[in-house]
Parts: sequence; C-alpha cells; structure tokens
Amino acid sequence: MQPLLEQACLDTLYMVGWSTLIAVVGGLPLGVLLVLTDKGGLLQNTFVNKVIGQVVNIARSMPFIILMVALMGFTRAVVGTTIGVEAAIVPLAVGAIPFFARLVETAVREVDHGLVEAVQSMGGNTWTVVRKVLVPESLPSLISATTTTIVALIGYSAMAGTVGAGGLGDIAIRYGYQRFESSLMWITVAVLAVVISLIQFAGDSGARVLHRRAGKGGEPLRFRAFTGLKRSGAPVTAEATATKTS
Amino acid sequence: MITTSGLTKVYRSRGREVTALDGVDLHVREGEVYGVIGQSGAGKSSLIRCVNLLERPTSGTVTVDGVDLTALAGRGTRAGKELRQARSRIGMVFQHFNLLSSRTVQDNVELPLEILGISGRERSRKALELLDLVGLSDKAKSYPAQLSGGQKQRVGIARALAGDPKVLLSDEATSALDPETTRSILQLLRDLNQQLGLTVLLITHEMDVVKTVCDSAALMERGQIVEAGTVGELLATPGSELAAALFPVSGEASGDDRTVVDLTFHGETATEPVISQLSRTYNIDISILGAAMDTVGGKQVGRMRIELPGRFEENVVPIGFLREQGLQVDVAGRADLTSGEPQLVKEGVAK
Repeated sequence: MQPLLEQACLDTLYMVGWSTLIAVVGGLPLGVLLVLTDKGGLLQNTFVNKVIGQVVNIARSMPFIILMVALMGFTRAVVGTTIGVEAAIVPLAVGAIPFFARLVETAVREVDHGLVEAVQSMGGNTWTVVRKVLVPESLPSLISATTTTIVALIGYSAMAGTVGAGGLGDIAIRYGYQRFESSLMWITVAVLAVVISLIQFAGDSGARVLHRRAGKGGEPLRFRAFTGLKRSGAPVTAEATATKTS
Repeated sequence: MITTSGLTKVYRSRGREVTALDGVDLHVREGEVYGVIGQSGAGKSSLIRCVNLLERPTSGTVTVDGVDLTALAGRGTRAGKELRQARSRIGMVFQHFNLLSSRTVQDNVELPLEILGISGRERSRKALELLDLVGLSDKAKSYPAQLSGGQKQRVGIARALAGDPKVLLSDEATSALDPETTRSILQLLRDLNQQLGLTVLLITHEMDVVKTVCDSAALMERGQIVEAGTVGELLATPGSELAAALFPVSGEASGDDRTVVDLTFHGETATEPVISQLSRTYNIDISILGAAMDTVGGKQVGRMRIELPGRFEENVVPIGFLREQGLQVDVAGRADLTSGEPQLVKEGVAK
C-alpha cells in the first residue's frame, strides 16, 4: 500500500509541477497583455483585448474532463500519446493558462498607476514598465495566484486518472470508488489535504513576507508552529503603517 | 528653459468635453524656481504633465531646454525613443512619491539609471552620492515602507535627479506632507536650485510654498494663466491677486481721523529706512498696522500697512514723500474700512 501511495504522490507532483510551470510561463504574459491592451492601457488595443478575453473566457468555462477529451488530438501531437502522466500534463497546462492569466490580470491591475507614470517620466518604455513595475510590484499577489493555481491543478489532476495518468486522485477513484476500499480512499484524501495545506501555507508565507516588506501589513500567520521557518522580514515600524494610510 | 505656447488640453469622455488647459503660455527662465498656483481643477496638474508629455496636449507646443517636445512626440499615443530620451533629462517629483515598494531606497534611485543603461557599479556610486545629497545616505538599504513621508519625498527627489536633469518638475510634491516637513523639502529644492543651477517648475495649491521658494509665480484659473511674473513684477502690478495673497496685510484704522496707507516694496528700492525717515522729516507718529516683508538680496519686497495721524487731506505731503522713494502707495478709502477687508482705491480715485 505504501509504495502505491508514494508513486501516486510522485505522479501528482510531477503532473502539477510541470503544468504549473507551463501555466505560469504562458499565463503571465497573457494576463499582463490583458491589462496593457485594455482601455486606457499602455498598449490600448480593443480588438486584441477582446480576442484574448474571449479565448480566456471560453477556456475557463470548459469543464476540465471535457477539455481533456477535446484536446486528445493536440495532446498526441505534442507528447506522442494520449495516456499516462505526460499526456495529462498537456490538458492540465492548457486549462491552467487562462485560469492563471485571469488571476495575473487582477493582480497587475492593482498596481498604482502613479508608479507607471514615474517610470514613464524617467524615459522608460512599455517593456521597462512591465519588467520594473508591473511584475515586481504585483509579486505578492502573483505568488498568491500561483498558490491558487497549484491547488486548482491538484484538483484537476484527480480527473487525470481517467486517461491513466495515475496520481492521488486516481487512487481514490480506483480503490475507493471502484473497489470499495474506502480506507485507502480516506488516506489519499488525508494526504491531499495535508499537501494542499502545506502548499497554501508556503504560498501565503511567501506572499506575506513580500507584502510586509512593501509595507502593506497583513495578518499574523495562522500556523504559529511554523513561524520559526519564516525568514524574518524587514521590521515594520509604526511609522510605516501610519504612512501607508496617507 | 521651459516654454509652452497656446497649450490646450481637452479631455473627451462619452461625448462630453472638458477643457483642462485653455491656451496656456508659460515661460520659465533658466535657473529659477517657478510656481504655478491654483485651486484643484484649475488645470495645474494637466499643465505640468503636459510639460513632459505624460499627457498629450490637444494643441500648442512645449519646448524644454530648446527642444520642441511636441514635435518629438509625433502623432501616436506611445512615446517614441526621442521623446523618452528627452524625458530622461527632465526630473519629476510626485505628490504621492511613487516609489516602488518592492525595491530598496538605493534601488529606487538606481531605476532611472538602469533605464539609461548605466553599468551596475556606476549606478550604485551615483545613487549613493544622490542619497547623500538629500541627506539619506543611511537609508540606502531600507524599503520605502520604512520611511516617513518627508524621507520618501527625499528619495523621490534623489531619483528625479539621477539622470542629471536641468529641469525638475514638482507635481504637488509637498501636498501630502505636514508643514514642518514641507519646509524642509522646499529648502532642499531651493538648495538644489542654487547648487546645481536646476530650473524648478512646481505646482501647488499652497500659497506658502510659492512664498517660500519661488522666484516667479503664475496663478491659474479655469485652465488659463490669469497672472504671471516674478514676485517683484507681481507686487508692482496694481490689484494683483497673487501679490495680495503672497503678502497679505490687514489691520484697521484706530480712529476716524486717521489715514491708512498701503505701501508696496517692489524690490527696486534699496533698504533705506523709509518709515523712520518719513517720521523724522515730517515729525509725525506712524503706526504699522500690518506688514508682510522679505528682504531678498538686500532689497525689500513685500507690503506694509501704516497709519498716519490726520485725515487724507493733511497727509498729502508725506504720501508724496513715500512716492518719491519709489514705493507704490495706495490709500484705503475710508468708507470701505468698516467692511472687514478694506478695498484698496488708488489715491487719485479715492479723493
């Protein structure tokens, strides 16, 4: 039973890891582009904005299991097979790109326009604005967005079992649902819960450290036991919290 | 140094048109501190943002240091290479500082140098030098969130100076600061103006700012400049709202048989003790009701309200004496004295 779970954990991490990486690489530029091409943006272009927006919306509204089936041809063209872990990564990544892009869009939109103007007044071009302002300034939110995406991908990956991809979700379905071994199912559920909590906690801590540094405050960490692990961020003075309200 | 001519900015949104700038002609001389004052909505902000073309003027031209920026801008909405280069030679300071919270103070100051493509070592040398200039060398590794408002604005100023600009634009730089900090930031701007020969164009809604640092000032109302000139010129202009606001005098006559006279020192008269001379020559007692005076380069600038004993008819000669000293003399009409702020009437008209 233990090697089975170990293998399933590794499969899940493998699928989620790769698809997250691809989602970030693909979704980040897409999300930034959504902001830039929007009305009043630096690269205002209503047509491009509408097209990207529509594509993202359609992809977002498609249930993952259907997306997986619909993409079979594409998957075979990319990885040469439609079954197994590699085959699952393709639809997972394709499904996560628009999801992440929307989260990026929201995060980047939050960046104070004054900062963009400041860089423009120094003679910076649009690329400079993206590289020096939009991405670094929204980094705490982008980390949170990545966390949300990873958690969502773990959920999606449970369905990847239907294309023989293995993973924790697959075990829960095969052993728990099809073979009535509910104990094994509950174990995988527990493992999933722990994994997700850890990822969420890691993401939250990362985002919070950056938030603190940026003087945006933030609640104290919930998992007190783990605070020792946190790199002590720059101290937030009373003055800093006072000035942020101005 | 900065010249705008016929500058117009019209905002269009959903069919409505709002004219923010309505034919603004501004002329800022090299090495001076020029203040544009006006209430919110007067168009000051649009004006200063049109100077480095963060805002595209609808019509008119902007020339900074002999370069016609409006010609560089072209017709597109995006800034071309030439305009971006020109912008890098114009420093800008913002009301809300606009520092990147993800970067340390030093990295914030290095940002314009990164954009200019200057090497790492040179960047940090320059940034530390600038931080030293604004008195924040010990905060180089801090994050903006750890600084007070005044310190943040000092970083903003250091950053604006990184590209060795000849012109500094200040968009309400002190409006988010308390009076004490405002003074120290204005002092810094004044020092930089004198040490580096920096031309400063600042916009503000605070008369105190203009009074503290500006060599010249302009008053904006509804998108137009209604008054402009050096502080001396403004004082010499009869009925100048700016002069009255810059050098407010008040005080009422202590009795009916008194003459209240407003004296304006344009800065052309040397610091001769006019009042005591008047007192000795004509053997009269003079009380000073109110005064707002400054001595700039050995010349007196400002306004003073004095009271002479006796009615106006008895004081024609002393008033003539004051005229001869090169002062602008206005006699307050007696009828208006009772109604709070006395309205000034030119001497000839009053009688």
